[in-house]
Amino acid sequence: MATSDTARTNTEPQMTVSEEAAIQLIAMHKWYGDFHVLKDINLTVHRGERIVICGPSGSGKSTLIRCINGLEEHQQGQITVDEIELTNDLKGIDAIRREVGMVFQHFNLFPHLTVLENCTLAPIWVRKMPKVEAEDAAMAYLERVKIPEQAAKYPGQLSGGQQQRVAIARSLCMNPKIMLFDEPTSALDPEMIAEVLDVMVGLAESGMTMICVTHEMGFARKVANRVIFMDQGEIIEQNEPDAFFNNPQSERTKLFLSQILSH
Amino acid sequence: MVDFIVKTELHPDLPPPNSGIGPIKWLRTNLFSTWYNSLLTLGTLYLLFQIMPPLLDWAIFNADWEGKSNKDCTSGGACWALINVRFNQFMYGFYPPEHYWRVNLGFVLFVIPVAVLLIEGAPGKKIAGVFVALLYPPIAFTLFWGGLGMEEVESAQWGGLFLTLVLAIIPIAISLPLGTLLALGRRSHMPVVRNICVGFIELPRAVPLITVLFMASVVLPLFLPPGVTIDKVLRALVGMSFFAAAYMAEVVRGGLQAIPKGQYEAAQALGLSYWRMMGLVILPQALKIVIPGIVNTFIGLFKDTTLVLIIGLLDILAMINAATAHGNWMGTSTEGYVFAALIYWCFCFGMSRYSLSLEAKLYTGHKR
Repeated sequence: MATSDTARTNTEPQMTVSEEAAIQLIAMHKWYGDFHVLKDINLTVHRGERIVICGPSGSGKSTLIRCINGLEEHQQGQITVDEIELTNDLKGIDAIRREVGMVFQHFNLFPHLTVLENCTLAPIWVRKMPKVEAEDAAMAYLERVKIPEQAAKYPGQLSGGQQQRVAIARSLCMNPKIMLFDEPTSALDPEMIAEVLDVMVGLAESGMTMICVTHEMGFARKVANRVIFMDQGEIIEQNEPDAFFNNPQSERTKLFLSQILSH
Repeated sequence: MVDFIVKTELHPDLPPPNSGIGPIKWLRTNLFSTWYNSLLTLGTLYLLFQIMPPLLDWAIFNADWEGKSNKDCTSGGACWALINVRFNQFMYGFYPPEHYWRVNLGFVLFVIPVAVLLIEGAPGKKIAGVFVALLYPPIAFTLFWGGLGMEEVESAQWGGLFLTLVLAIIPIAISLPLGTLLALGRRSHMPVVRNICVGFIELPRAVPLITVLFMASVVLPLFLPPGVTIDKVLRALVGMSFFAAAYMAEVVRGGLQAIPKGQYEAAQALGLSYWRMMGLVILPQALKIVIPGIVNTFIGLFKDTTLVLIIGLLDILAMINAATAHGNWMGTSTEGYVFAALIYWCFCFGMSRYSLSLEAKLYTGHKR
């Protein structure tokens, strides 16, 4: 399994960030019709970096990470992922999607396939991996997210937390270089949030490049290199987690933090 | 005041209370649960009591099973001798009797692999699928039409249940893939593809099948150069296939619209191409949702084959009509229609039951 994982851990000590850019956004704008959702986004994510994006709903955080794997189209500016520029060229988009895994708020597992089939579908059809090999790799990842015993079940038979862990395993099976998380715990009961966050922390510790839209501030403090605060389509503030939480600079950030941390 | 509660022991799991089994309990919950249900039950029983004895007398106890014409039917019940005497015509039309074996063989070669495909857990599904999809059509054509040293039997001689099945199975087999493609095309972002598909769907759907058949049979030859003829059965097949595909396209589109956007996004995020996403993720779910609609269309199509009467093709109903109009069998049209109804019912009910079992088999728990 995961040749690049082992390579990464061999060459780099854990939790370090390389100089090399994994994702680069330059002066990126996006509109939904007349609505200007993302305004002049400049962001460089280095290999091995773990970024948490937070902000009020409607601030464009999900749209931002959905632009990175081409689920949303940007109208202006430049997005480069893993040295491939994201344009209308379908081959480029497919190449990027092979290297970028994504985990969704509502899991989006394929309900007609078993857990194992969910995990092996893309490796078999996109990576052209032999079935047996894909299944072995999938079982290894299911063990990593601690649910190998559910492999033969259908997603509809699992709890929300289990489904989200399967979704993470499904993405990892493609052996991605970058993982995007779009509010992965927002649809979960409190008891299940912890089990998903545990998996994500483990992933972060393995050196995966991650961008995570989440309101789990404990997670942000624990694993993020950088926290980005967005509001009304703009990056308002970004800083290291300690500085961000203890000493926010912008008024909007202060207001947001006081609101989410007050209860 | 708050009542203070601390539980130290968990409540044990108990079996459910005795919900009652046995015939008396069943009767009480299903037939006599309220006073008006009791009344309905009694009323229905009374109706059955009135209807069943004369019906059974007519259909079985007083029926004539043997005979050469309606003159042999003297006992006052049903004259099943009609079916007995004309059975081969009802099945094969005017296909030459010495070649019946070709039709029978074609039927067997179809039924066996299809049974393998439909029965869960049967071995050799791949071979059966390839055989039915690729090898069977030319084999069946050669058997039915002639060739390879076999005498030619023109389609004008085809008829009866044989023709009905040909006219039903081919459009059914074509309509599902073609309808699926049309449905995908209608949702395409490319205007040319979308508009062509909209045309192919809306045109046949907006006219009655009778009109489609009539145009295929009468109007089309007017536009063909003299000397060029297209076989009548083929024309009917083309018309019915497009007609069925148009309906099927809208059924499938309904299923496509029921699939949440997240399924498309998850498939795309994994790097699946459009056709893989559709074939592996979206269509298996969409088609499963619309199984009732698909089977509905199949059943409708099966019964619509009777309309080919209008263009002079003699399907089973037309053969029965013709037989009961003959002087020897005057007054036996009820028996003929009952027989036709039984045959149609068997096929349609079979499709319906199979679709239910398929739905149960494909059920994988709740969505999401």
